[in-house]
Amino acid sequence: MASLIGFYSLIFGLCLSFIIIFYSVRNFKDSMVFDNKIIFSTFLQFFFVIVSFLGLILSFVYSDFSNETVFNNSHTTKPLFYKISGTWGNHEGSLLLWLLVLTLFIFLFLIKSKDQSKKYRILTLLFQQVIIMGFFIFLIKTSNPFNYIFPIPKEGLGLNPILQDPALAIHPPILYLGYVGSSIIFSSTLAATSLNYISKEWAKHLKQWVLISWIFLTLGILLGSVWAYYELGWGGFWFWDPVENVSLMPWLALTTLLHCILVLEKRLTLTSWVVILSISTFTLSMCGTFLVRSGILNSIHTFANDPERGLFILIFLFCLIFLSLFIFFFFHKNNDKNVDSFFWLSKETSILVNNWFMMYFLSVVLIGTVYPIFLEVISSEKISVGPPFYNKLIIPFLIPFLLAMAIGPKLKWIKSDLQDKKYLILFFIISFLLSIFIIKILNINFLLNTILVTSAFYLFFITLRDFFTKKFKNLSQNISHFGFSLLILSILFNNIFSNEIITNLKVGETFQSEKFKINFENIEKRNDQNFLAIIGKLKIESLNGNIETLRPEIRIYNQPNITTSEADIKTNLLTDKFMTMNFIQNQDYFNIRYQVKPFMIWIWFSVLIISFGGLLSLLQKRYEN
Amino acid sequence: MRIKILPLFLVISFLFIFFIFFKGLQNSNIYSPDINNEKDIPFFETKILNTNDKVNSKEIFISDKFYLLNVWASWCIPCKDEHPYLMDLSVQNNIEIIGLNYKDNDKNAKNFLKNMDNPYKVIFLDKDGTIAIEWGAYGVPESFLIYNKRVIKKIIGPLNKNSYSEIINLIK
Repeated sequence: MASLIGFYSLIFGLCLSFIIIFYSVRNFKDSMVFDNKIIFSTFLQFFFVIVSFLGLILSFVYSDFSNETVFNNSHTTKPLFYKISGTWGNHEGSLLLWLLVLTLFIFLFLIKSKDQSKKYRILTLLFQQVIIMGFFIFLIKTSNPFNYIFPIPKEGLGLNPILQDPALAIHPPILYLGYVGSSIIFSSTLAATSLNYISKEWAKHLKQWVLISWIFLTLGILLGSVWAYYELGWGGFWFWDPVENVSLMPWLALTTLLHCILVLEKRLTLTSWVVILSISTFTLSMCGTFLVRSGILNSIHTFANDPERGLFILIFLFCLIFLSLFIFFFFHKNNDKNVDSFFWLSKETSILVNNWFMMYFLSVVLIGTVYPIFLEVISSEKISVGPPFYNKLIIPFLIPFLLAMAIGPKLKWIKSDLQDKKYLILFFIISFLLSIFIIKILNINFLLNTILVTSAFYLFFITLRDFFTKKFKNLSQNISHFGFSLLILSILFNNIFSNEIITNLKVGETFQSEKFKINFENIEKRNDQNFLAIIGKLKIESLNGNIETLRPEIRIYNQPNITTSEADIKTNLLTDKFMTMNFIQNQDYFNIRYQVKPFMIWIWFSVLIISFGGLLSLLQKRYEN
Repeated sequence: MRIKILPLFLVISFLFIFFIFFKGLQNSNIYSPDINNEKDIPFFETKILNTNDKVNSKEIFISDKFYLLNVWASWCIPCKDEHPYLMDLSVQNNIEIIGLNYKDNDKNAKNFLKNMDNPYKVIFLDKDGTIAIEWGAYGVPESFLIYNKRVIKKIIGPLNKNSYSEIINLIK
């Protein structure tokens, strides 16, 4: 029943697209005032998508296995929380979530943009409707979440256990708010370009939407990374997996856009940058959807390998690209008055420097992700691009990037001179000495590491000082930059100081190393709602007598019948102690992986600080208005 | 002039990317390494289950005869699925089935054969799994069809109807 309502709501939603387009075109030509019928129909469309979404959630909650999506992804013994989160843990449901965010954002846009011109609002709506219609058709035609199966199965196939994790349950909605939220930036930029509407006020208005997308995208990536760390049990938080990369690429473009739009708002230059970045952010999001959903890359997000779906997204994606190219080349008038006249030492220049660095990082990630596909098609050779590629190409360039990030915000618009020169130099010397000291006592003497830590410390100290000297001026920017320095520092220290031991132990055995010994005390079994857990109890005694007990788990899920290993992680402010346990076939031994990872919690924390900076900027703008 | 060339260039490059992605979609994304079919079989020395006699592989694999080397273990569940096919093959008179007992303990292995019947002519022991590595096995079960001291076919995973009939065709 819920499925039936859900399905018809989708059809109604698609019909409303036509109605909205009809009203909009009529309103665009005829009258001077904005037709309220349009807002109402947009709301109605949003409402229908919500009804459809709720219909799917209800089918999941009541385990209605006559629905194919529910049958494929749910099971009666699953906890309620994961029944609900299973709604978007599959291809069909997650596309419905796409649609929900698309319609939500255009509705919010229409409400919030009352002070903008009528033509601009209508044109934005029209562009957004093109995207919405594309997704409606995609959903109904190739990935209908409400397919009926008969005879009705008694039991579902269950949700992949590694998706049964709290961080992953909220990761898709948050990420989508950022990912799909960039659609509104895309639509409004296309509208503004075609109407030649780009102005300082427009930049101010668009900035809010950029910030909202950016905050959610940052948090979404953070959640995905947290999930990888706690659930996958590989002991890392970023693997340069194609799936991670496709979320990083829009983030890089969006972050660059955020900086450009500041210049546009203050100085009305860099318009081409803004237009191109707005287009590419959304295109990269779509491209990411294509890459992970079509099955062209293999990953956990590849829910179904149906070539028809991949082909649809591909054609749709390129239609949007060509549409934007057309608009850009035929309508975009470059009204930058003083493009070439940037003084070398000014905020504009520093933002341009930032842009080029970001574009470099973006191209590295892009090439690393899609190059294997190109190579395979052209020469049918298979390669895989892993962390060494990214590390080698990105890390050295972080050094000038961090230094520019420390100095850039200190510059003034138009023409500037560096103030407090002696502080800048003094701080640099302090950071340099500090990093030499740290690197030296640890006997890891790499020149690259020293310089890298120096530049990260430099940014850290400079931003820290700015909290006191600048008071509340530019606070949000300062917070985000400070967070970024903290992030880089934590990642660096995490990489340099991490320790890992892999060993096979039997119950009762002890592993002895120079710094600590691990004692495998016992194992116990526990039955949970939908899995059986085998919990090991291992005591770790360090040299100074500290004793810590870790309880890694092996979980054997009933449906689908999959074994996962759940890491036990003891977190404190400075280090994480991380342990996983695995079966070795037909033996009494267990494979134990024990890792000491410093500053893990600071990685999460610093990303929160970065996004908090964005949130503050959003609220400040509201306050000023 | 420049303005005319740039859009054209972009359109062409995007069409190129479209073409590549389109082609890429049709490729299977499941990684399957090239198996060099006609490879000489590796030489090894090991013990035999039951008797614990030492043998080397040269004594077993004779030139003009078909052999199926089957990597198995008592703890391996798919091995039970493929067992009927091995039994069927063992009654064929132009092929001999050789077992490679992988990382198993002898008692379990013997029990397994007692309960399920023994299709193997002889069973090698591979306690530490190194022989399987030498042969290039990915896991258990896996089977190598051998003729003239060369691997002519490798079957990853349990035997099934298709691979069974393929083997029957090959040894005709």
